[in-house]
Amino acid sequence: MGEGVRVEQESKVRVETEADIVLARQQGRAIARDLGFTLGNATLIATAISELARNIVQYATRGEVILKRIENGSQKGLVVIARDEGPGINDVRRAMEDGFSTSGRLGLGLPGVRRLMDEFNIHSEVGKGTTVTASMWKS
Amino acid sequence: MAVPILKQGQTLIASIQAALTDTDLLELRDALLEQVGRYRSRGVIVDVTALDVMDSFSTRTLRDVAHMTRLRGAQTIIVGIQPEVAFAMAQFGLTLEGVPTKLDLEEGLDYLAGTAKPGSDG
Repeated sequence: MGEGVRVEQESKVRVETEADIVLARQQGRAIARDLGFTLGNATLIATAISELARNIVQYATRGEVILKRIENGSQKGLVVIARDEGPGINDVRRAMEDGFSTSGRLGLGLPGVRRLMDEFNIHSEVGKGTTVTASMWKS
Repeated sequence: MAVPILKQGQTLIASIQAALTDTDLLELRDALLEQVGRYRSRGVIVDVTALDVMDSFSTRTLRDVAHMTRLRGAQTIIVGIQPEVAFAMAQFGLTLEGVPTKLDLEEGLDYLAGTAKPGSDG
């Protein structure tokens, strides 16, 4: 997100159980549709949220998914912030590699999430937690 | 939420009715694997029309269902992937490699009927 991006509204989903994963992605889809995203793009957003929320449940036990409407001039968008205070990721660069992340049980699905969204940012500190920020602009 | 599994001849039909949690999906996998043995089924159809999202977990679990039931002698077919879900899976890079997919339940049943014919390539 660059300069001049205005944050409109915010909605927060606590993520602690498997049911919260479903809840978070359903809420994300609803907000995206409300903003006028196509069903296809709303599904991309919901899929990204599902992956990020599952990472929280599996690796950090609990955290939250924040959904914000954003605006940049005439452009409208949605930003997804998945935040936890879990163990953090030791090697973020490696976690962003496809082979590492999508194969096997330990994959985080992060490269996939990056492909789903327009903008993607990850910040992780070992022992402190991980924050993933991913946004999509309405085309 | 348990997924109802219907038995029709030698085919099991699992019709997903709503969004599923990860545990629901694993329970479905285990139930199908068990029922393939109990009913001596040759085919399994999983109808995912009602699934809102196919992410890495659900895709992997469905691939596992297909693999595990194949080892027990039954072929699994996934039907009903919605266009927006297909779009998201392609963008994400998720595949159901080696698992036949058909447009809907009707096509899935036709396919299984075809592969069950003696002398067909299957």
